[in-house]
Amino acid sequence: MTLDLLLTHYNYWVVIFLMMVGFYILISRGNLIKKIVGLNVFQTSVFMLYISLGKVTEGTPPILVDGYGDADVVYSNPLPHVLILTAIVVGIATTSVGLALAVRIKEAYGTLEEDEITGIEAGIEPAGEAAG
Amino acid sequence: MLLTLLAATGFALLRIRNLFAVVMLAGVYSLLSAGLFTVMDAVDVAFTEAAVGAGISTVLFLGALALCGHHESKPGHTPLLPLFVVCLTGAALVYGTMDMPGFGEASNPVHHHVADHYLEESYGEIGIPNVVTSVLASYRGYDTMGETTVVFAAAVGVLILLVGGARARRARGGGEG
Repeated sequence: MTLDLLLTHYNYWVVIFLMMVGFYILISRGNLIKKIVGLNVFQTSVFMLYISLGKVTEGTPPILVDGYGDADVVYSNPLPHVLILTAIVVGIATTSVGLALAVRIKEAYGTLEEDEITGIEAGIEPAGEAAG
Repeated sequence: MLLTLLAATGFALLRIRNLFAVVMLAGVYSLLSAGLFTVMDAVDVAFTEAAVGAGISTVLFLGALALCGHHESKPGHTPLLPLFVVCLTGAALVYGTMDMPGFGEASNPVHHHVADHYLEESYGEIGIPNVVTSVLASYRGYDTMGETTVVFAAAVGVLILLVGGARARRARGGGEG
């Protein structure tokens, strides 16, 4: 019973582990670029979760063999693939905006470390003037 | 197995503090996940991930590093609170998977809502043998249009941020000089 559960759910659990690694990088590291990498790891693990859901054992990629849904051929579920294709492209869009923001923050504050930025914000006035 | 390799890469990503190595490892991670997608029959997703995740995003990260420098300083606070939050979330998620049907069973509910219709009818209705393409471009065409809008908005945002930065720098240089 326990072994059975382990075998059928191994995929989900590794995906959850990767998700949590990404989440941990995101919340525990101060460097903004490292945070974006963590966000990407999290994102890719969500993709893997969806693709795992779409997999059918003994299935083939959902490209029709002779033009019709043949009863003899088992296809994997195409719907999660479509959703994830969209998500990958949207993911790269958000990553690029995040990196552009990081570049601007580096220009304005001279650092990418979160605690140093907070210090500058709380501290002296001249450093804040460059932000506009 | 690929999943185990992925887990190892993720852990290495966590530990390494040189950001160049981190970006390269993120590329490796992306490529491994593309391999995993191929194994799980998602060939379209695999080549998109290999091109976009391992290719374009690595280039973007390297560009950002060239502008920002690549050293990450040691985290200043204790890792205990984040670790606690992460473990709690992970435990909740694992508890959630207990109710999920097993991996790859053909009788899972996810395979029997609209997927059957797509597989059986899409060739007659659309005429493209690749079901992923016909769903993407036709049945869920509005999704794809929304996606293009998001990409456009992101491109405009990046341009505004970077051009605005260059302008601010020039104005500052003019004021000082």
